[in-house]
Amino acid sequence: MDVDFSKVKAYGDTLNDGSMQVSFTLPVPAGDEAREAARQLALKMGLEAPSVTEMVDLGAGFTFFVLYGKCTHTVDYAAIKIPKRQQEVLDFKQINELIKNELGRKVVVVAACTGSDAHTVGIDAIINMKGYMGEYGLERYPQMDAYNLGSQVPNEDLLAKAIELKADAVLVSQVVTQKNIHLENLTELVELAEAEGLRDRVLLICGGPRISHELAIELGYDAGFGPGTLPNHVGSYIAAELIRREKTEE
Amino acid sequence: MDKKLNLEQKKVDLARNTAAKIADHLHSWIGNYTTTTTERAAARLLGIDDVDKGDVPLANVMVDKLQQAGCLDKGLVPWLARAVAAREEPPQEIAEKLADGQLSVDEIPELPAEKWREIADSMAEEAAVKIRGTRNKREQKKQEAMPPNKPLLYVIVATGNVYEDAIQAKAAALQGADIVAVIRHTGQSLLDYVPYGPTSEGFGGTYATQENFRIVREALDEAGEETGRYIQLVNYASGLCMPEISVMGAFERLDMMLNDAMYGILFRDINMKRTFIDQHFSRMINAYAGIIINTGEDNYLTTADAYEQGHTVLASQFINEQLGLRSGLKEEQMGLGHAFEISPSMEDGLMMEIAQAQLCRELFPNSPLKYMPPTKHVTGDIFKTYLVNGMFNLVSVLTGQEIQLLGMLTEAIHTPFISDRYLSIANSQYIFNNARHLGDEIFFKEGGKIQSRAEKLLGDACDMLQEIEKIGLEAAMEQGFFADIKRSQQGGKGGSGVIEKHKDYYNPFMDIFLNGAEAGKGGQS
Repeated sequence: MDVDFSKVKAYGDTLNDGSMQVSFTLPVPAGDEAREAARQLALKMGLEAPSVTEMVDLGAGFTFFVLYGKCTHTVDYAAIKIPKRQQEVLDFKQINELIKNELGRKVVVVAACTGSDAHTVGIDAIINMKGYMGEYGLERYPQMDAYNLGSQVPNEDLLAKAIELKADAVLVSQVVTQKNIHLENLTELVELAEAEGLRDRVLLICGGPRISHELAIELGYDAGFGPGTLPNHVGSYIAAELIRREKTEE
Repeated sequence: MDKKLNLEQKKVDLARNTAAKIADHLHSWIGNYTTTTTERAAARLLGIDDVDKGDVPLANVMVDKLQQAGCLDKGLVPWLARAVAAREEPPQEIAEKLADGQLSVDEIPELPAEKWREIADSMAEEAAVKIRGTRNKREQKKQEAMPPNKPLLYVIVATGNVYEDAIQAKAAALQGADIVAVIRHTGQSLLDYVPYGPTSEGFGGTYATQENFRIVREALDEAGEETGRYIQLVNYASGLCMPEISVMGAFERLDMMLNDAMYGILFRDINMKRTFIDQHFSRMINAYAGIIINTGEDNYLTTADAYEQGHTVLASQFINEQLGLRSGLKEEQMGLGHAFEISPSMEDGLMMEIAQAQLCRELFPNSPLKYMPPTKHVTGDIFKTYLVNGMFNLVSVLTGQEIQLLGMLTEAIHTPFISDRYLSIANSQYIFNNARHLGDEIFFKEGGKIQSRAEKLLGDACDMLQEIEKIGLEAAMEQGFFADIKRSQQGGKGGSGVIEKHKDYYNPFMDIFLNGAEAGKGGQS
């Protein structure tokens, strides 16, 4: 297959056919006019030969569409540079050994769901004993002291606890993203940490379904973890980064 | 309903009787205390509404002032009845004057009981009449409407703006939803007051206020009239204001309330004592108002493993049932919760889900079970999620669940879009119709995997209940028996709102609600 990586198009069944599917709702009553409106919207999105394959009357003046079209846009894949966390993923045993041998002390991790967010499923998966998908949580790591402060923790309390426990890493989870509330919360934490003079002394790490490493860096965090993250991913990063920092200081 | 699991009746009785003892132990002390929100609920029942200049609800103002004056331990009602007697003014006016400083607590003279008791009782009866009227209106509307198919389709709206919620709620009802819940702002559970008036800003949901209840109720009634159905409205009588929100729901004809005896302790770190006292009065109100409660056992399985911790759900359901009965709830009013949360990657996981769902059905034959959709193992792969939700719907119709909280294909991505809700309704309608009587035709192999799993779950639940009974529920929660979460007895939020009752404490609603709800059978088994 002869892909031009400087001009990549979406793929359906033939190279450069640009085929894709979208679904959306318009606040208009179902009918021929609605179908035409969906088609015109698709054209404006760069979808050529748009075809409404399904139109559903949702009632109350809303109509749902499933639409296929051929996207005319291309992207320059070859030019893309994404910052990446530069360490390999280790397993539970390796991480603990690494900390024991290289740092020679326990790593303190403080974690919470901050702001008004009450969804602890993410932070629980990373921290709690049980872990997730067969990977033990950080609480189980003999070389770590992990504290899960739970949900709806004010940023101030999280930092106070981090100072009290002399945390090496602060993990913050944000699940609710309505109207970008998570960005406000996350930014506030960085600002508070800077104001407390804590920023350079801890690893600030965020995670959640809408978080990427790139976004995290942009917000002033050391690392970010998105969907599919397992406890050992976070553990590997913390161990490797702390060791790297200790070595640079020497 | 056919019994398919070959359960040992002795074991079932043992579980229920042990849960009864656990509930009795709690009730050995619950009656000795009141709480600030319990007294505020009494104020609301007596018609106290609105907020002061600083947006503090007048119910809070009155309770705070009585607490400062050191007389809240006798209850709010006696003071208010004395004030009404002395000043010949209605409660709302007294509350307003108290708020703007025209009246102080000490100004109201002590009176002999015969002077105020009658006033208190007649005011309370007036509130009871109002609640009964709302209840009758619901029953009448339900009778006029087309009877819904079961499982009932339950969807959520969560825009944060009540006016947007009303539009989406109505659209969902028109698409076929039987039940609509307005998700609450995530921070409200920790507020020690109920916000006032219509609200248009909230994250993860909309504030529960009495005016918001009324707005969405009206929208759903409109949708009901258009479709000839009755659409049920749900909110959350949970957090630090359980009884007050129940009062609001009773007045505004909510049909269901999330109302768990332990949820606040475990998942919101609310003080244990406070929660156990609050849930009792809150549930009494719901019982009297004919509201169906939903319990929150499903949440255990989002923090703990669903396969390993399945028995904790059962144990909690038994405890919730026994506590509910003691607050006057009938079995038919208890939407005991459970969930479809076993990892989809598990071989034969579907059979394990069937075993748990069928077991809940057989253990609580009269309860409208609330079945929660997969969330824990859901990723952003909407296509897979849609399929897993289909499996969940299949198990539900196969095992006779009643309140089906529809899974959203965009779970783990965002609060539902209008189209997500439509697709979830279409998914469930297809499966419920296509497999409507499948359960009647299917029996499980004797001693097979499903029966064995059910037997083990029941056995483990019995063991757990017996262990809890030995140490008491409070100690069990300290040790992390539920959801792997440990809560200390003294810790948690809202503990300062617990007040030991004076020997002269009086709250006429306790008698009215408990006797009037004709407590369901089995309460003292």
